[in-house]
Amino acid sequence: MNVKEEVNKHPKNSRRQFLKKGLIAGAGVAIGSGLVTAYIDATATETGEKVKVLTTDGEIMEVDQGLLKLPRVSRTESLKGIPGRKFVMVIDLGKCKNARKCVEACQKGHHLPHSQEFIKVYLLQDSEKTAPYWFPKPCFHCDNPLCVSVCPVGATYKRTDGIVLIDNERCIGCKFCMTGCPYSTRVFAWKHYPEFDEDKEPYSPEASSPGKEGTVSKCDFCPDLVRVGKIPYCASACPMGVIYFGDVDEDTVTNGTETHQFSQLIHDRAGYRYLEVLGTRPCVYYLPPVDRQFEVESGFADMNQEIIDRYKETPYSIKNKP
Amino acid sequence: MELQNKDPLQVFAPQLERTSIQGYVWIVFLLVVIGIGFYAFLQQVYLGHEVTGMRDNVVWGVYIVNFIFFMGISYAGALISGTLHLFKTAWRKPVIRMAEFITIIALLIGPCFILLCIGRLDKLHYLVIFGRIQSPITWDVIAISTDIFGCFIFLYLSVLRDIARLRDYELLQLPNWRKKLYNVLSLGYTGTPEQQKRLNRATDIMAAMVIAIAIIVYSVLAWIFSVTLQPGWHSTIFGPYFVIAAVYSGSAVLIVCMWVFRRVYHLEAYITKKHFVAVGVIMLVLAAFFGYFTFSDYLTKWYGSEKNDELLIQLLFKEFYWEFLFSNYVGVLLPLLVVGIAKLRTITNITITAVIVVLALWLNRYIIVVPTLESPYLPIQESRAEWLNYSATWVEWSLTAAGVAVFCLLFTLASKFVTIIPVDGLQVEEKKEDVLV
Ligand code: SF4
Ligand code: SF4
Repeated sequence: MNVKEEVNKHPKNSRRQFLKKGLIAGAGVAIGSGLVTAYIDATATETGEKVKVLTTDGEIMEVDQGLLKLPRVSRTESLKGIPGRKFVMVIDLGKCKNARKCVEACQKGHHLPHSQEFIKVYLLQDSEKTAPYWFPKPCFHCDNPLCVSVCPVGATYKRTDGIVLIDNERCIGCKFCMTGCPYSTRVFAWKHYPEFDEDKEPYSPEASSPGKEGTVSKCDFCPDLVRVGKIPYCASACPMGVIYFGDVDEDTVTNGTETHQFSQLIHDRAGYRYLEVLGTRPCVYYLPPVDRQFEVESGFADMNQEIIDRYKETPYSIKNKP
Repeated sequence: MELQNKDPLQVFAPQLERTSIQGYVWIVFLLVVIGIGFYAFLQQVYLGHEVTGMRDNVVWGVYIVNFIFFMGISYAGALISGTLHLFKTAWRKPVIRMAEFITIIALLIGPCFILLCIGRLDKLHYLVIFGRIQSPITWDVIAISTDIFGCFIFLYLSVLRDIARLRDYELLQLPNWRKKLYNVLSLGYTGTPEQQKRLNRATDIMAAMVIAIAIIVYSVLAWIFSVTLQPGWHSTIFGPYFVIAAVYSGSAVLIVCMWVFRRVYHLEAYITKKHFVAVGVIMLVLAAFFGYFTFSDYLTKWYGSEKNDELLIQLLFKEFYWEFLFSNYVGVLLPLLVVGIAKLRTITNITITAVIVVLALWLNRYIIVVPTLESPYLPIQESRAEWLNYSATWVEWSLTAAGVAVFCLLFTLASKFVTIIPVDGLQVEEKKEDVLV
């Protein structure tokens, strides 16, 4: 089945429906005409699972997941950012139960080994009497990113759409950005992990894959997915819909099933940014852990005792304070 | 005083001409240590940085500690010899060359340790091609290369007279190539009044420059830490603190070198207790400053502590208790006592103190680097056990040992090339001092 036919099947889908379906508004618009078809790999095998992609003229088309080839743009292209966009993420702490599906999907999508986590889930407790909560933490794509300032070779950069990327072909692995980032976001490839070889496509900073020994990488907000109208791996994988992704200028965020007006959501739910005091101006907002849907302990479900103990021992978390 | 009546080169020539059996054993030993280090390095290159104890939390470990340490002692020469030279301190002659050797040798080793931290040595040239001036690492690259350049010139100027003397010394039993080398390196210096004048001026200028550059380099190095937001590093005092710690460690290394060369080359007549006490007093003053800076830094962190400072202090007082005690109490108080109390002020005591100070300052850097990285803003909650805490592996330790061995080896070789005590003007110096006494 070719692409044209696929498109013709859903000629009437409107932009609003698209929004309701929970895909990112306008992701395709910025892409030059005809580009969407360029992302279709006709030789690949179909999986039967359909995804919706927005064409340049605002049309929706449904494409087989297996046929969809994520764009791998060059370094020069990746420096620019997607025009007219400013990405944002909202994480609803009330719904997180440490299911770790975000971590797994991210690792799979980026071809990462078990020891490299672009998104980490912490167990935080702000003070003795306050309640502990699970805290998923991607890169904050700070508007004042210290990691970018300290890089000696310009291997990490901030784009117009707000995304902070790393080019591992430029990175010399000095790890200064790792100490520069106050949020322990960045990971280092301490050796060549076999997972890196799974990815046969050419490297692109937007895909953060394939990884390279001796360089730094981190959460990239999945601009390659965003370019084809999808939301990041973590956001679509979370069964609780904890992670919303969207655009500040369009004032929309979505977790794949619900779409919200970003400003309204932050206003109504008292959204905040983590460690605002550090002045890094993150692009990731948190909704406080109120109206919990799960007990914190349910997050320990599949863990062995040793790891559970480790969580309890660390500063800031449960039972730490003497 | 028989010694003063003959050409000092007569006394010093044997150390250039002959190497004893022990000398060869020593050199072979050093080469073995360096060889093991090289093997460790190959392991790191082929198996990846995984062979070190560093992980995503503690991204810099013993390597960066060694880097700071060697850069630090390199200022022994830069600041101590520069200052002694500028103030024309009477007793400086017998120790000044050692100080200069320490500077240049440590300065060659220090940056190698930072290279060991770098994940992709194959792309090292990017630092120059794509260098961004906003990054403190670029400041460091510029500062360190300027420093190496400046220190080389300073050292060269100060050995020039001796090289000329060696060239002119007929009785020297050395292979021809060595003599030719002296001939080339002496740049036709014969000691005419005009040459003397120029050389003196050039040395004065370089001495002043080297002092300035050394301060800049060490401050820049401190800023690599203090520009970040990490608890414990984000401190305005770090620049001057690092400079003081550097000169302090340098003065201690100088004392150790004085002791070693005094014994090995039998320089008892030249390096006397007076010199040990004099450098000891410098060390004492620096110890006081260092103690004051350390106290001031930790007091402010502890007294009005933010949550993360508090966690860091807790870590320092619990897990790093002994290291903290040793580096920041013993390392400060011991020189004050030993050099401060006249009765304790013997050559042996001062040297033992210096050894302890060197170790204490190495540890001081360790507890600046590692505990901070072990107490990030977000707690370390790893499902991967090996990611939790830092402990250096054999690779890091062997490379550390290799660094020390390279230091000793280059020092040994340098002392075979030019005399460890400047011979030019030595007699005059001694006589003047006799008058002073
Ligand atoms: S969270 Fe860290 S890595 Fe991400 S942009 Fe901010 S400073 Fe950089
Ligand atoms: S590790 Fe790479 S990205 Fe990070 S500061 Fe160094 S060169 Fe830049």
